[in-house]
Amino acid sequence: MTLAAWQQDFRTWLTDASKEAARRVGNDAMHGLSVYQNNYRGQLIECLEHSFPQVRRLLGDEAFLHAAITHVNHHPPHAWTLDAYADGFGDTLAVLFPHNPDVHELAWIEHALTDAFVARDAEALPLDALASVDWDAARLRFAPSFRHRIATTNADNIWTALSADAEPPESEMLAEPGGLIVWRRQFVSCLKRVDAVEYEALLHLQENASFATLCDLLVERLGDADGVAKAGALLAGWLGSELIVGVDGV
Amino acid sequence: MNTSTPRFAGYGLGLRKEHYRDFLETDVPVDFVEVISENFMVEGGQPRDILRRVRERHPVVLHGVSMSIGSADGVDRDYLRRLKSLVDEIEPLFVSDHLSWSRIGRFNSHDLLPVPYTDEALDTVCDNIDIAQNALGRTMLFENPSSYLAFDGATMTEWEFISAMSKRTGCGLLLDVNNIFVSATNHGFDALAYLDGLPFDRVHQVHLAGHSPGRDLLIDTHDSPVCDEVWALYSNAMARLGPVATMIERDGNVPPLSELLRELWIARKLGIYAQMAEHEEHAHDTRIAEAA
Repeated sequence: MTLAAWQQDFRTWLTDASKEAARRVGNDAMHGLSVYQNNYRGQLIECLEHSFPQVRRLLGDEAFLHAAITHVNHHPPHAWTLDAYADGFGDTLAVLFPHNPDVHELAWIEHALTDAFVARDAEALPLDALASVDWDAARLRFAPSFRHRIATTNADNIWTALSADAEPPESEMLAEPGGLIVWRRQFVSCLKRVDAVEYEALLHLQENASFATLCDLLVERLGDADGVAKAGALLAGWLGSELIVGVDGV
Repeated sequence: MNTSTPRFAGYGLGLRKEHYRDFLETDVPVDFVEVISENFMVEGGQPRDILRRVRERHPVVLHGVSMSIGSADGVDRDYLRRLKSLVDEIEPLFVSDHLSWSRIGRFNSHDLLPVPYTDEALDTVCDNIDIAQNALGRTMLFENPSSYLAFDGATMTEWEFISAMSKRTGCGLLLDVNNIFVSATNHGFDALAYLDGLPFDRVHQVHLAGHSPGRDLLIDTHDSPVCDEVWALYSNAMARLGPVATMIERDGNVPPLSELLRELWIARKLGIYAQMAEHEEHAHDTRIAEAA
């Protein structure tokens, strides 16, 4: 048997517990193979537990373990780093808990915060750099750690409470969907729920980068005076919180 | 490939999250620290910043767990590129990984799986080490694994395999004394025969760690203090090795730093005693020879 075939059999044993593959890996090897399989599965489950502590608390240990085992059974790891194994767990939760958008959004929050924690660094924009900006031509750049998704529940409040070891609020749907945004300010990962207008503005800016067209959009939504004022207020907030770290066209 | 890995004698600890603050804010009495490379092969953020700051205080060893030099598929070039970026920035004392495999095809087990000790595997491992050392522009150290199964068709012992690997590639060795003890117990070989078979001039670093009894086998868990049998084996190895970089690994049940420093003090003391005894024996033999 070639080394490649032997390693494929080893892999099949780990992922599928195939007795036939185990026999080909080695006669009288079951004790050892069981240790390797235990290490393999245990490490993946531990990775998910470590990556989604608040989802685990919300679901309870038993339901979380069931979800983790389901994920391990259906999704063998591929990436060079174990940390990436958390990437697809939200999809598994969506299948297992199709009617619990709070769980989906809580999982997204935890994953996005972890992701942002090690995202590419960015310096905050010094305020004096804004003095000479031609805002009609300005193109805004987000922090590399910026992540977002639609918000339909109070999952952010649930996350905040659970992270502080407090009793979480009851899950509830929002009266109007907004957005969840995550980014890193220096070394601190930040989470914020934004309303529908700000979320649409962020999506627009991510696609177009242009502050002028953002103003146009907000004027269209809110009218001349309120639209321009809103654009200014949003920009000030984004700059102050280091969500925007670059203005090109200075 | 330049094979001149520096000789460095000293005593160190693995840098773990629980002790970041100690290492950043106090003068921890260690000669070097070792980090898990993959934890810092990230684009940015606090982990890499912490490593930069620790590096200002201590020499750093980059110890990887994912190079997978035993893979029949070869080594992952993207992984090497990421590691090279970290190596260039940190300028580590040593760069090391394990004699093991974890990846085949698109599958990555994230575990240190055993390599069958055959001629084909030796060719594969040596080819992969050559690629890695060329990509990094430096020689690496490779660690003897803990293993839980023996390959039926093995044509050589683990120490023969390691000796041949080191000779062919010029790589250095990271001798994990606990792993020798665990594998010797699991497979019933003589740990001293293992030491007898190693090229000690290639060993640049020593690992010490604890293990746990499993149902049928010893498991390399790194979650408990070094046991007496491993200390004894370490003393034996140190008498042969001479001064060498030595460290304690602890990945589970991580105790306060003071406890690990006490354990490191034992390593330091035994290392010095072993080398003094070896020196005394040598001097004794010389005196006898001169008298004769």
